[in-house]
Amino acid sequence: MIEVKNLHKGFGKVQVLKGIDATFHPGKTNLIIGQSGSGKTVFIKSLIGLHKPEKGTIAFDGRINTKFTDDEKQQWRQEIGMVFQGSALFDSQTVQDNVMFPLKMFTKKSEEEMLDRVNFVLKRVKLKDSNKKLPAELSGGMQKRVAIARAIVMNPKYLFCDEPNSGLDPRTAIVIDNLIQEITDEYQITTVINTHDMNSVLEIGEKIIFLKDGKKEWEGTSEDIFKTENEAVVDFVYSSDLLKKVRQAHLNQTK
Amino acid sequence: MNYIEHIGKYFLMLSRVFTKPQRFKLFYQAFMKEVEDLGLKSLGIIMFISFFIGGVIALQTALNLDNPFIPDSLIGFAAKRSIILEFAPTFCSIILAGKVGSYITSSIGTMRVTEQIDALEVMGINSLNHLVLPKVLATIFFYPFLITLGMFLGIFGGWTAGYISGLFAGVDYIVGIQLDFDPFLLAYAIIKTLVFAFLIATVPSYHGYYVKGGSIAVGRASTQSVVWTTILIVIANYILTQMLLT
Repeated sequence: MIEVKNLHKGFGKVQVLKGIDATFHPGKTNLIIGQSGSGKTVFIKSLIGLHKPEKGTIAFDGRINTKFTDDEKQQWRQEIGMVFQGSALFDSQTVQDNVMFPLKMFTKKSEEEMLDRVNFVLKRVKLKDSNKKLPAELSGGMQKRVAIARAIVMNPKYLFCDEPNSGLDPRTAIVIDNLIQEITDEYQITTVINTHDMNSVLEIGEKIIFLKDGKKEWEGTSEDIFKTENEAVVDFVYSSDLLKKVRQAHLNQTK
Repeated sequence: MNYIEHIGKYFLMLSRVFTKPQRFKLFYQAFMKEVEDLGLKSLGIIMFISFFIGGVIALQTALNLDNPFIPDSLIGFAAKRSIILEFAPTFCSIILAGKVGSYITSSIGTMRVTEQIDALEVMGINSLNHLVLPKVLATIFFYPFLITLGMFLGIFGGWTAGYISGLFAGVDYIVGIQLDFDPFLLAYAIIKTLVFAFLIATVPSYHGYYVKGGSIAVGRASTQSVVWTTILIVIANYILTQMLLT
């Protein structure tokens, strides 16, 4: 479980996060949504320790990450998997080497054991016969799957995804969404996803947090988001006519 | 950001670079790859330039020494001194600053803007140590060989120029290069090379690592890194020459 309390973060005179409180439970797909510039990326980068909070705490199963000793921090890092917006694969390494990299760095497994594990996670993300390919030879969706494989290869307790669907066609986006949800469920990982994709919000959002101007504006489930009267959320989520119709149809159905 | 802040940030970066590698096996593999990328792949250009510049130095010296009382062996002597003291260590290092420096900045800068460095940090890897230390050690290890080869080829280029042009006899040139040999001058050249190699690896790494923005920012950082590395090589050259030769 991740507990965020009164999180503040700014850059120079610009205050990006203005006191966010949130709790993320294991086995749940938690989504962070909000307009561009609302602070989503800064929030997720603060959670994974790339930004140091100015005020507030982030506790991972009761352990506050800013109070870690070097060894505890190292241990905590290995409990984290991160899927970056652009996949962030090492472009000079093959798919196999990318996924094997954390194992080589932090485990004492034999080459054979590492290869078994790599093949297992690549199969898990439904990527076959791509071990020897370079990232540049893969499609965007395949790169995302490699990034997910690399993120879960160390059996993380916490999985973070920054816009995992950006730049993907709707069909591939659904595949990636389902994959993240399955993995979350299967390994009981605490998953936090930043997204703009309304399909993800409605399909896999077991818990949704809406950020506006660096503050938590709304919190609920994908079911709640159909019913909410919060103007900012409705404006953001149901910005297209199609989504408005989807909402209306859902509300009519549940009446 | 002012210069003092950059200098402070550069030294803070070095303090993170020079730590114990997390996995020696991976470090060794990265080191060997850098020896190939930063050293072996620069062999061609250094050999080519050294040979021809050595030839030009010998020809210029021969053309300027037209007094019949000055022996032709002085041409070999002057060419040898110029090549060992200045051309090979300094001129070649400036060429390497351009070739290797822009490569280092653009490769690390691209890793920064595509979040690959963030990915390393999230995994718990000291990204500066992982990316920069192999480069620093590879250049410090390999450039003395490269520069020494440049010295040999420069001197050989001088001899070849004499042979082709007929301006001076090869025998006189060989007598000249054996004249008044001072081993300390070689040590001076190697000491300079080691300092320049350190600058060639670390200054472009600094520019690449702290780049902000996209591809244009990476391009700009590459240019700046070459300019600053060259400036620092020239300044270090002056300071070392004053410290070691006066």
